Amino acid sequence: MRSSIPVFAGLLFLLVPFSLLAGGDTTKSANLTLPAGFSATVFHDNLGRARHISVAPNGDVYVKLEKLKDGKGIYKLVDADKDGVAESATGYGDYIGTGIAVKDGYLYASSNQDVYRYKINGNELGEPQRIVTGLINKRQHESKSITLDNKGNIYVNIGAPSNVCQEKDRTQGSPGRMPCPILDSAGGIWQFRADKTDQSYSEGVRYATGLRNVVGLDWNNEVNDLYAMQHGRDMLFQFYPGLFSQKEGAENPAEEMFRLKKGADAGWPYCYFDNSRGKKLLNPEYGGDRVKQGPCEDKTQSIAQFPGHMAPNGLVFYTDSMFPEKYRNGAFIAFHGSWNRAPEPQEGYFVVFVPMKNGRPSGKWEVFADGFAGPNKAQGRADYRPCGLSVGPDGALYVSDDNKGRIWKITYKK
Amino acid sequence: MKLIVSLVTVAFCMSFISVQPSLQASMTRGKKVYDTYCMPCHMVDGGGVPRMNPPLIKTVYVLGDKKRLIGIVLNGLDEPLEIDGETYSNVMAPHAFLKDQDIADVLTYVRNSFGNKATMITPEEVKAVREEKK
Repeated sequence: MRSSIPVFAGLLFLLVPFSLLAGGDTTKSANLTLPAGFSATVFHDNLGRARHISVAPNGDVYVKLEKLKDGKGIYKLVDADKDGVAESATGYGDYIGTGIAVKDGYLYASSNQDVYRYKINGNELGEPQRIVTGLINKRQHESKSITLDNKGNIYVNIGAPSNVCQEKDRTQGSPGRMPCPILDSAGGIWQFRADKTDQSYSEGVRYATGLRNVVGLDWNNEVNDLYAMQHGRDMLFQFYPGLFSQKEGAENPAEEMFRLKKGADAGWPYCYFDNSRGKKLLNPEYGGDRVKQGPCEDKTQSIAQFPGHMAPNGLVFYTDSMFPEKYRNGAFIAFHGSWNRAPEPQEGYFVVFVPMKNGRPSGKWEVFADGFAGPNKAQGRADYRPCGLSVGPDGALYVSDDNKGRIWKITYKK
Repeated sequence: MKLIVSLVTVAFCMSFISVQPSLQASMTRGKKVYDTYCMPCHMVDGGGVPRMNPPLIKTVYVLGDKKRLIGIVLNGLDEPLEIDGETYSNVMAPHAFLKDQDIADVLTYVRNSFGNKATMITPEEVKAVREEKK
């Protein structure tokens, strides 16, 4: 089951300077840097906290907001003349949140504790139907990302309201709790039926556990599995300066991509992926010393690793044909951008592409779209922060920003 | 009259001279404490992290009630915090392990950096809040 590929890949990622990752010719479009042949339009602007997005089969773009705009938390953007710029924005719902997904004629959207769905009737949305309720919302890692499979199930991430399940959260020297009680109701992905009302923990299935916080997740239709991007823990250098240099603290732990089967356990809070060692190791709060693996050897291993703290907030698999062949079945990841790397320069604030074959990375990742942050990226003062991704019916890639609420549409022409 | 004015001026200048070195010394020591314990979350520029870690720039928490500010450092903060309509979610750990002098220095540094301008905080003030809690 274990393989040396992710280890090797993890090391490879770290050895390649960021600037070289884009590779090949690039072009500037709508202030973004993209591979040659691609261009971007500002599809819509100034929605504020635009988190995840989902494009319906008719091309309408639904956006979930983390802060109400004019009293509404969901916006539908319509580009009737197909010029790459929406002419109208219609608001729905009066709750904030992150998750949104269009599937089989329904719109699904999440608040920070519930999930709702709406029947899409032509240009109108039906009345909201609450399908999931009462999920843990303790401010930290509170967003509930969603995705659906092809068998009528919805997957909801419930982030752990904690950094690493210490007795006292984010407190130096406080030991990790054993076993971690948070895992009973958070720190994983729960599965619910997409068509049943008012389900909560007792009606749901803890599909995957040991995930600190996931914001980007997607169902991979090529291999029919759930994929998720985990945000790794904070404060390795600050809490353990004897184990990690400042630079190692900035690069560790890895942000990880998981392929999750039912029953998967990714190891949080006991384990972290050490980018410098290329392995999942025991967290220092649980007695780790950067050598001991303990139970981490037998946990679900990630299939790709990225430098620390870049915050992967959006994940989408590209199965369309507008983009060149190399993008087929690969993954786009929106990295929201780091804060826990100071005083090292902050990183992320870009959209990455991972080529994939049969559900596994088939080459090294590269920066696909950059330039969101603007001139003050190193200080973490970004103009725009990529958050959500979705692919339209024409094969275009949409990217949302939750700093100012800009939506880009990225297309390709030979 | 002239004599009085110049005496006052001299006295003012002297008080300035005598305060200035201690402010500067406290700022220098405070920066070291800041870089170790505060900067990872509140960032190099004191601007914090949107939605997670609050900014320290010209906020009422930093410039207002000294006791509350000292209390946050000693006891940490684990409640919703709103500044200018933004809420901040990360837990701040208690930093009672820092010495009174360290806390006084770092708060003096924060209150006089990032565009802030406010009075110094003394180790005695920190001690008083620490003892009040006991």
